[in-house]
Amino acid sequence: MRTEHIGKPISRVDGRAKVTGAAKYAAEYNVPGLVYGVVVSSAIAKGRITRIDVAEALRLPGVLQVFTHENSPLLAQSDNSYSDEVAPPGSPFRPLHDGEIRYSAQPVALVVADTFELAHYAASLVRIGYERDAHATNLNEERERAYQPRPREFIPPPESRGNAEKAFAEAIVRLEEEYSAPIEHHNPMEPFATTVLREENGRLLVYDKTQGVQNVQNYLCNVFGYSKGDLRVLSPFVGGAFGAGLRPVYQVFLAVLAARELKRSVRVSLMRQQMFTFTHRPAIWQRVALGAAPDGTLEAITHKAIAETSQFEDYSETVVNWSGLLYRCDNVELSHTVVKLDLHTPGDMRAPGAVWGLHALECAMDELAFKVGIDPIELRLKNYAERDQNEGKPFSSKELRACYRLGAEKFGWARRNPQPRSMREGNVLIGWGMAGGVWEAFHITADAKATLTADGRLTVSSATADIGTGTYTIMTQIAAEMLGLPIEDVTFKLGDSSLSKSPVEGGSFTASTVGSAVKAVCEKIRKKLFQLARKIDGSPLANTKLDNVRFVDGQIRSHNDSSRAVSLIEAMRHGGLSAIEEKASAGPTPEQMQYSRFAHSAVFTEVRIDEDLGTIRVMRVVGAVAAGRILNPKTARSQVLGAIVMGIGTALEEESVIDHTFGRIMTHNLADYHVPVNADVHDIEVIFVQEQDEAVNPLGAKGLGEIGIVGVAAAIANAVFHATGKRIRDLPITLDKLL
Amino acid sequence: MNSFSYTRADDVATALREVAADGAAKFIAGGTNLIDLMKENVERPSRLIDITRLTLGGIRPRSDGGLRLGALATNTDVAYHKEIERRYPLLSKAILAGASPQLRNMATVGGNLLQRTRCCYFYDTATPCNKRTPGVGCSAIAGFNRAHAILGTSAACIASHPSDMCVALAALEAVVRVTGSVGERVVPFAAFHRLPGDTPNIDTNLQADEIITGVDLPARGFAEHHAYLKIRDRASYAFALVSVAAALEMDGNTITEARLALGGVAHKPWRDPQTETMLHGQSATRENFKRVAEALLRDAKGFGRNRFKIELAKLAIVRALSQASFKEAHS
Repeated sequence: MRTEHIGKPISRVDGRAKVTGAAKYAAEYNVPGLVYGVVVSSAIAKGRITRIDVAEALRLPGVLQVFTHENSPLLAQSDNSYSDEVAPPGSPFRPLHDGEIRYSAQPVALVVADTFELAHYAASLVRIGYERDAHATNLNEERERAYQPRPREFIPPPESRGNAEKAFAEAIVRLEEEYSAPIEHHNPMEPFATTVLREENGRLLVYDKTQGVQNVQNYLCNVFGYSKGDLRVLSPFVGGAFGAGLRPVYQVFLAVLAARELKRSVRVSLMRQQMFTFTHRPAIWQRVALGAAPDGTLEAITHKAIAETSQFEDYSETVVNWSGLLYRCDNVELSHTVVKLDLHTPGDMRAPGAVWGLHALECAMDELAFKVGIDPIELRLKNYAERDQNEGKPFSSKELRACYRLGAEKFGWARRNPQPRSMREGNVLIGWGMAGGVWEAFHITADAKATLTADGRLTVSSATADIGTGTYTIMTQIAAEMLGLPIEDVTFKLGDSSLSKSPVEGGSFTASTVGSAVKAVCEKIRKKLFQLARKIDGSPLANTKLDNVRFVDGQIRSHNDSSRAVSLIEAMRHGGLSAIEEKASAGPTPEQMQYSRFAHSAVFTEVRIDEDLGTIRVMRVVGAVAAGRILNPKTARSQVLGAIVMGIGTALEEESVIDHTFGRIMTHNLADYHVPVNADVHDIEVIFVQEQDEAVNPLGAKGLGEIGIVGVAAAIANAVFHATGKRIRDLPITLDKLL
Repeated sequence: MNSFSYTRADDVATALREVAADGAAKFIAGGTNLIDLMKENVERPSRLIDITRLTLGGIRPRSDGGLRLGALATNTDVAYHKEIERRYPLLSKAILAGASPQLRNMATVGGNLLQRTRCCYFYDTATPCNKRTPGVGCSAIAGFNRAHAILGTSAACIASHPSDMCVALAALEAVVRVTGSVGERVVPFAAFHRLPGDTPNIDTNLQADEIITGVDLPARGFAEHHAYLKIRDRASYAFALVSVAAALEMDGNTITEARLALGGVAHKPWRDPQTETMLHGQSATRENFKRVAEALLRDAKGFGRNRFKIELAKLAIVRALSQASFKEAHS
């Protein structure tokens, strides 16, 4: 297909605004009289507040109020009012609702003052007495209490098939191993913040860092009783989120509470330490058992996962389902249960479930390959799934074989000596490892609106988000392509709850979901323009059908004879229209649903490990991704690069360490919670494998936000084994585990 | 962060007078550690006395052939100073192994000596810490102590000193110059920082009415045979799990003098000069290095998550001594 804009490496349309500082983030909106809220966090993990003394704080001139559970106004009463689009089943956490402490560092007060510094100081003067209850925060000690969580929407429950137990018992080759991983926190660069601008008529403009402005608007309206006309949520720029902003975060509740009660404009920003006080990737324990024939043909797969959730909600994610999907096997037993701990509810973090599940499965496959003595890629090809056995459906497309092949070629995999500790330079052990990856190519329903004005400029909008991923850019490309306009004449708007309905931005579904809506609304405009063009007296397109024209260079042109053309501006003028405005909604069709729709990847890594000191360096990564049509190779590559770097963090560095004596996360800053720094990141190559897919969605594109991270941790763990001969099955792989 | 007043001192005498007048006042220079601690409510000074206008910067030659580092010389000034790079590369390398360029541009020599432990319990006022509040107990001993000390610990505190620069200064046997109300005095580097004992709240032997004015480097810089090896959980921007400053004088393959200082393992840069003499007159072999490493760590004690550091420190010592003994590697 010939395209003008789609598939081109167009630079971010918001890039200039970002690098010049013109792009404003939630904590950067200033108005005269703005006041500042600072959150006080609980010092204990479980129990209740027996006394909260705010007198000393209130005595400071300039301190306006200290909100606590004792003076918080009566708000919505039902759990339902506090729920949101992404909430798992349960009873959502309500800030300042009562004196109960449900997890360490939960918000217990909001101090509001004329200046940020004063609010910060006053927060340190709030004296709180607690009565402590015994808490439980150690997943490994509580595994016996695991239970089946109430299912989440969109999260398919694991389904078993055949008889894995029997097949495993009868298998000639058997492998059974346990894997574990700690809590991770998303830690986007920009901390969560909200600025509520209160207009004179009492209406609120809520500038919030979020992945879903309408999700936040619904939540705030339900909780505080505002009508949607009186409370608008805006989030035009988001400094990273990775899933942390899918649900409303407590600072938005507190900022609106303060603005409502004080009748002032209010800002509440979280400290970095407080970025560790809400959602997180759950700690997990997994057991994988593989039964195989001597040639590696899989005969049984058992994958069991136990993860944590909070006392108040049943969070679950798709950890084990991948083991019934990625390889052909008739005997599969899958289970995913959770344990209630005294922590905040976990949440979706980049490729939720898949990062943990594929770590275990793809390490186990590497172990099996070594055990039966065949190459890890050969083992995967031998067990390649041509159909989705979980759902009993064909794949819309699956170029995973090409990922293995092209990734291996680029990496030089054929030169690998399979023997552990066989590749070294002096006292540096070199290890090469690989793993496969898979992630859903979701498509859900979204709306979009488009306005074409008489000057030929197009504005398209939908209430989605751009969390640094490139949404602004690719939506602009899609719209420009549809109407044959230059990129400069197209504006895409997002991050405003008053725009057309859109789901939260996440799950790698925004490109397909919002993109399909943009396409649909542009089709309506095309139709209207074409009708106008045909009605012009002596129109060169009078006898042409819509199917036989192209929209290119600001013109509607006949396919057969490009000299027969009408410009968009001409069509508008003849029609006497100053603007064409259209709305459209687009969602998956029954035809799409006949297919299983997934993106795939293969990741290859080289590690270098100091034999004596155990220090690990990831020197090379090749990520080969099959994700349908690539809308913009530049933003797509950035997505995958970032995801691979995050995967290096998962493999080697990231861990939110809980001190179980206090039930408290102790690594709650970016000095103690390590993510990769530049010096940890060396050569990364991203390959996009050709993948034609007309069935997946109207764009033929699969999302890219998550597929890049899946498989990275396993590929690195497998490389560590190849380098050292040691299987480290608990993440992160720190040097002490190799000593 | 609490409310505080802020003044600038124009000379040392004024600075000393102002700090003496207010028991809760603190000097501020680069502020790279103090401000963090204030944000966490760990330090709550009533007043900050800005000393960045005092004439304590610069790096000057001394009559004994050494160099004087002004207390306000930044870490960047020192690390990239031509004479430091040429004559004291161990110091330059140690500084550059720490922090980030932005922090090193602000952090000063005096401030580096006075930076406080990065123990996560010390930083978190929701948990007990003897260093913050004497007598309430040490949370790290039975807690998350991956970064903590294995040498010279006490029942009251197992915090480790975070500096890289100080590890090199300990090996170089620098001298700290201080001025107080009773006049000037010099403190040998080994006597500047303290072990925790039962007063872990006191990090150094600097008195409340004293100010660091500079650090003197002796003439010998061990430029030919030195190594600074830092082992950490990521390649940059992380505190040392273990670091080793090794400095040797050699005659052929025979070691005539050896200095070894360890970072990340104790409440202060760790030296054991008695044990170092084991290497004197010995040849530079792995076996000899291993012997001294074993001896240096003979009294080490782990506390759960930091136990691996005992073995790691030994391996690091052997590696650092091997690197130092090869002159070519550091030309």
